[in-house]
Amino acid sequence: MNAIENVSRRSFLKGLVSVGALVLSARYYPELVWAEGLPKDTHADLATLHPNVFVGIDTDGTVYIVAHRSEMGTGIRTSLPLVVADELDADWKKVKIDQAIGDPRYGDQNTDGSHSIRSFYDVTRQAGATARFMLIQAAAQQWKVAPGECVTELHVVVHRPTGRRLGYGELAASAAKLPVPRQEQLQLKSKGSWRYIGKGMPSIDLEQLCNGKAVYGMDAHMDGMVYASIEHPPVIGGKVKSYDDKEALKVTGVRQTISIDPFKPPPAFQPLGGVAVIADNTWAAFQGRKKLNIVWDNGPNETYDSAQYKKELQETARKPAKVVRSQGDVDGAFAKGGKVMEAEYYVPLLAHASMEPMVALAEFRDGKVTAWAPTQNPQAVQDIVSTELGIAKEDVICHVTLLGGGFGRKSKPDYVAEAALLAKKLGRPVKVVWTREDDIKFDYYNAVAAMYMRAALGADGKPLAWLQRSVFPPITSIFDVNAVYGDPGHLQQGWTDVPFDIPNLRVENGPAKAHVRIGWLRSVANIYHAFAVQTFADELAHAAGHDPLEYLLDLIGKPRTIDFKNVDYPNYGASLQTYPWETGRLRRVTEMVAEKAGWGKRKLGKGAGLGIAAHRSFLTYVATVVEVEVNDQGEIRIPRVDTAVDAGLVVNPEITRAQFEGAAVFGTSVAKTGEITVTKGAINQSNFSDYPVARINEAPLQTNVYIVDSSAPPAGVGEPGVPPFIAAFCNAIFAATGKRIRELPIKNQLSGASLAGG
Amino acid sequence: MQIKVNGVQQTFNGDPEMPLLWYLRDELRLTGTKFGCGIALCGACTVHKNGEAIRSCVTAMRDMAGAEIMTIEGLGQNGLHPVQKAWMQVNVPQCGYCQPGQIMQAVALLNGKKKPTDQEIDEAMAGNICRCGTYQRIRAAIKTAAEGRV
Repeated sequence: MNAIENVSRRSFLKGLVSVGALVLSARYYPELVWAEGLPKDTHADLATLHPNVFVGIDTDGTVYIVAHRSEMGTGIRTSLPLVVADELDADWKKVKIDQAIGDPRYGDQNTDGSHSIRSFYDVTRQAGATARFMLIQAAAQQWKVAPGECVTELHVVVHRPTGRRLGYGELAASAAKLPVPRQEQLQLKSKGSWRYIGKGMPSIDLEQLCNGKAVYGMDAHMDGMVYASIEHPPVIGGKVKSYDDKEALKVTGVRQTISIDPFKPPPAFQPLGGVAVIADNTWAAFQGRKKLNIVWDNGPNETYDSAQYKKELQETARKPAKVVRSQGDVDGAFAKGGKVMEAEYYVPLLAHASMEPMVALAEFRDGKVTAWAPTQNPQAVQDIVSTELGIAKEDVICHVTLLGGGFGRKSKPDYVAEAALLAKKLGRPVKVVWTREDDIKFDYYNAVAAMYMRAALGADGKPLAWLQRSVFPPITSIFDVNAVYGDPGHLQQGWTDVPFDIPNLRVENGPAKAHVRIGWLRSVANIYHAFAVQTFADELAHAAGHDPLEYLLDLIGKPRTIDFKNVDYPNYGASLQTYPWETGRLRRVTEMVAEKAGWGKRKLGKGAGLGIAAHRSFLTYVATVVEVEVNDQGEIRIPRVDTAVDAGLVVNPEITRAQFEGAAVFGTSVAKTGEITVTKGAINQSNFSDYPVARINEAPLQTNVYIVDSSAPPAGVGEPGVPPFIAAFCNAIFAATGKRIRELPIKNQLSGASLAGG
Repeated sequence: MQIKVNGVQQTFNGDPEMPLLWYLRDELRLTGTKFGCGIALCGACTVHKNGEAIRSCVTAMRDMAGAEIMTIEGLGQNGLHPVQKAWMQVNVPQCGYCQPGQIMQAVALLNGKKKPTDQEIDEAMAGNICRCGTYQRIRAAIKTAAEGRV
C-alpha cells in the first residue's frame, strides 16, 4: 500500500461541501467523512495521488475514477466519471472505473429520480479540477516556473513557453505531497475546451455487456454459497400460521427450510416474511418451494379487491378534496356557465418487471455483513440490514453489481435484507433468488390513480376555469400506515405544476389508503398525472374545434416562469432560482417536435393518426408526437415517434437519446398492457404471460430524439420521456380511430391491443 | 450424461429434470446466460443447441445427451462475433441483461437468413424481451451485421 495520506484531504472536502451547498440541496452533496479506519475499498483510495473520494492517479498514469451511482442501463457509470475526466484533462483510455460500495462519504447514492448528473455535476467537475490543479503545481515546481505558465493537454502538463511536458503518472508522486487546493483556487474549464462533456462516450461496460462477462447481481458468487428461494405471504402483511416442509426436504439438493418473520408495519424495506428453502442450486430451491405446505394468516388486506377499490377511488375523485394549488376564482368562473367539459381518467397499479428479478448474495462473518446486490441504493441496504441484524451500519459492506434493470424497484432493498438475515441464520453465504412470479407479485407498485378533470371554455374555446383532482394511495404509505394523501414530492409530479395559462385554476388531491406496497416506478406520479392533463387538453382542443398542437401552445401560453408562491412545490429537490419552471422551454420543445414530426403536413393513411403531448418532469422539458396505425381488428402499430428534449446541459448525447428511445418502449408497455389487479388481497398477475411488456413487434419502429442545445444546468434524462409518450400515444389513437382512451391499459379499451401488433 | 458446452466435453450426473439454464449458471458458472422468466417467455436464457436457438430455462438436462451447446461465452471465444461487433457499433445495450439472449437469437436468425426483412426480424426476435426498450437498436444492429458493416 503506497497511499500517501494527504492530511489536507479534509480541507478539500470542506471546500467541496461549502461550494456544493450553494448549488445542491442538502441531501445530495458528499459529507465530510474521512473517518480514520474506513476500509480502503477503491483503487482510487489506494492510488498515489488521491485528492478526494472520486479520483486517484497512479505513477503509471492510470486514473481511477469512482462511480458512486448504480448502473442500471442509464450509462451513469460512464457519464459521471466522464465529467471528472474532462476537468482532469484525462485520457479516457487511461481511466479505470471503480464501483463504490455503499458509503455516506460519497453523499447520496440512491440512483433514483433522474438526478445523478444534476446533483453531482459540480462536485465531479471540482473533483477532477482539483487533481489537475495539483498536477500543474507539481510540474511547475519541478520546472521551477510559475504555475500560470503551465497548462494541461491530454494526460500531460505542458510548460507553454518551452514546450516541456510531464505525464500525469510522472507527476503523481510529487503532486501527492502538495496541499489540496481550496475551492476558490480551482479554475474550471470553459465550455469551449471540454473534451467529453456534451460529446459523450459509449458505456465503459459495452464490450462486457455484449460478451456475457458483465456481472449482475444474479451472477454474484462466493465460495461455499447456497441458494435460497422464498415463499412470501400471498397477501401483504400476512404471515405463516404453520407449515410442513417434509416433501420439500425430499427434493434433491434441498438442505433445509427457514421461516422468516413478517414485517412490523409500516413495511418500508423490511423483508415480507415467509418460508425460505435453502438448496445447493437455484433449481432445487425453486422445486423445494413448490413442495412446501403453508397455512397462511392473510391479515387485514385480505379484503382488498382492485375492482371495488377502483370504484372507491373514482367516487372520491368526484368529491371536493384537499386543495393543493389554487388561483383565481374557479367556482365563480364555473358558475358563469359556458361550455363545461368533464372527464375521468384511471391508471391501474403497475409493476416494474426489470429483466433481472430481485436477487442478492450475502455473507455474515465476524459480526459483519458483506452483500453483493443489484441495488439502486446501497446506503439503504446498509440501513435496513443493520436494523434487521442489529449491527452497526458501518458493518454492512454493500458491493454494487450491475443491475439488470431497476426502474425504481431496486431502490427498495427488501430482498437484500432477506439474504443478510438468512446468511446470519445459516452461517454461510447465501444467494436469494426471486422468480419472475415473485417479482410481479411482491413489487412496490406504481400507484393506482383516478383523476377527475373539469373545464369551462370561453367563446374562444380556451378554458376560463380548470379543476383537476387526483386520488391515489401515496408512496409515503410504506413508511407511515396512516398516510392517505399525496405528499408534495409526488403531487409536484405533473399535478401542482400544471403549466397552463388559465386565470381560474384549482388542483386537488383526495385520500386513498394503500393495501399493497406502493413505490416509485420510472417517472412515478407523472405517469398518471400527465396522462390526465395532456389527454384532457387534447379533448378540449377537439371540443373547441381547434388543432391540438395550436390548442396546446395556447394553453401553455406566453413564455413565463410559473409562480409557486402559495404552492408546496419541491421542484424535484432543486432550487427554483437555478431551475425555474419556464413555460417558454415547454413551448420550444413543443414547437420543435411539431416541426420535426411534420405535424399537420404529413399524409397519413386510413386508421392512422398523430398525437401530441408536452410535459416537464425531473426538471426536463419534453414534447412527443406519436404516430399510430390501428387496423380493423383494433391492433395497434407505432411506426414513428418524435421526441424533443430540453434537459439543459447534456453530458452524453448518445446515451441520452437511448434513454428516450427506451422511454417510448416503456411507455408503450404501460399504456397498452400494463395492469396489476388484486383479488382478496393477492396479486392476480404472475409473469410476462399476464403482465405483458412491449416486444420488438409492438414497440415503436423508429423513435427520433431531438436534443435542444441548452445553456441551462443539467436535468434528468432517465424518466422524463415516459409521461408525454403515454398521453401522445393515447391522443394519437383518438386521432386514428375516434376512440378516446381515458383508462389504461388500452388493451381493455381496444380489443386488439392485447394481441401482438404487426 | 455427456454434453458439450462451448466445445468442452462435460459430464452431468445431476437431476435430469433440471433445466439446462441452471446447469450452465450454477454448475458450470457460465453466467452470461440469464434467468428472466423461467417459462420461455422472455428469451434471456437463449443458447444454441446444435446450432438452433433454444430457451435453456425450459429445456431439461435429460434432453441434452450428446448435445452441443453454445452460450454467449462460446460465441466470442475466438474474438467477437460480427453480431457482437454490430451490437457494440450501434450501442445497443442499456442495462444489458437481456442482450446475451438477444445476441444468441440474432445469430441464429442470421445463420438462417442472410438479409432478414423487418418482418422476419420481428418474427425471429419477438420472443426476446428488452425492458429497457433497445429494440430499434437491436433491429439496426441486425441489419448492420447482415450487411457486413462491422
